[in-house]
Amino acid sequence: MAFNTEKNLYTVLFAALMVVVVGSILAYLASGLKPLIKENERFEKQQNILYAMGVNDNEGTGSVSFIPTDRVEEVFTSYIKEQLVISGDQITEDDQAYLIDMKKQLAARKKGQAFKLPVYIGEKEGKKFYILPMYGKGLWDAIWGFIALDENMIVQGVYFDHKAETPGLGANIKERFFMDDFEGESIMEDGRLAGIKVIKGNNDPANTDKEDNAVDALAGATITGNGVTSMISESLNLYKDYLESVRSN
Amino acid sequence: MALLTKKDANLIIDPLADNNPITIQVLGICSALAITAELKASVVMAISVIFVMGVGNVVISLMRNIIPSKIRIIVQLVVIAALVIVVDQVLKAFAYELSKTLAVFVGLIITNCIIMGRFEAFALGNGPWRSFLDGIGNALGYGVILIIVGFFRELLGSGTLFGYPVLGDPITKTGLYSIGYENNGFMILPPAALIVVGILIWVQRSRNTALIEEN
Repeated sequence: MAFNTEKNLYTVLFAALMVVVVGSILAYLASGLKPLIKENERFEKQQNILYAMGVNDNEGTGSVSFIPTDRVEEVFTSYIKEQLVISGDQITEDDQAYLIDMKKQLAARKKGQAFKLPVYIGEKEGKKFYILPMYGKGLWDAIWGFIALDENMIVQGVYFDHKAETPGLGANIKERFFMDDFEGESIMEDGRLAGIKVIKGNNDPANTDKEDNAVDALAGATITGNGVTSMISESLNLYKDYLESVRSN
Repeated sequence: MALLTKKDANLIIDPLADNNPITIQVLGICSALAITAELKASVVMAISVIFVMGVGNVVISLMRNIIPSKIRIIVQLVVIAALVIVVDQVLKAFAYELSKTLAVFVGLIITNCIIMGRFEAFALGNGPWRSFLDGIGNALGYGVILIIVGFFRELLGSGTLFGYPVLGDPITKTGLYSIGYENNGFMILPPAALIVVGILIWVQRSRNTALIEEN
């Protein structure tokens, strides 16, 4: 060998060079692919919002099927009639409201800064849907989703997603057998905002009881389930005043 | 004409059975516990590890003469992490749906001790072609066990395979459930994976007594 790989100087130089090379490859790749990734994320958000209000390609399949990406933009504009931004007492319209990142808004709220809360109002077959974003934490990392409500505060549909929940256990919150259970549940209990709990021992596996503010938990995913429970109640509480203003019963 | 010499072929065949990374070397148990509750997750993980291990072993093997031995573990980690991130980013840009499925496995691949184990034990001392075969072989051996464990855990724990109900519907009581069969919820929990792996080790050793250590 031409050089001594045991020398300290060589080790330090090797490490420095490695960091520079690997770092620049990754940085180059990340910035080169960023526009494509951003576009994919935008479509995904539109798909998720539409999914929560029941606009999807689920029919005839047992799994989650979104509106395909090549059509989603068009479908999104035809179903989502209004996008509002709630900032303090002010409610303004903004057709880019769906791009608001809840994670950043909640971080701003925590620091006591001004924050924005988006609401998407969809219309399907003459019926109005109020779709709200949710954000919380599961077992390993962030979980988020959208919940669609009607004027009676009955859930019309939900969509959940997660960053790193355990595959086969917590990751199943984005499967239909879990999400479909929320449909028809009320978020109100005795006239106050109660959210929906994910509980064990619900004794209601087919989820026929829609009055109990609860759905059946996933086996082996207690902490993710609890995360969903608190995500729903915390997120809805942010919208308390707004929901009160649109509530009809 | 043989595509592989006998010695090279053994690099692939050995880890599938007599030198399996999970049942014989007992490596990679952490990810085997975590993701085998479903068959689909097992298959995705197996494919990802085959890729990372095949490419990673070649990269490390090519660099084997210039890596300073004092920081070789760090170099190995950087190679794995960089590979996984490159794959993740490319998928995010061109196959977004697939990348969503794989995202949760990224952390598990980086920390998979089989990968580090093969870099350390094989790729640092052998040429690229043999390292490639060794990587593929060990990843296949890992994947086979993952799929077997995933098959039993999903079948007995949820009554489904790849998400499709194969034993009937537990809620409306059809198929097997109509005669009183119940899903075993324990199979979904991580300890069940240890039991299934334990049974596999037992079966393998009882069939091949040469594997039993004397003491």
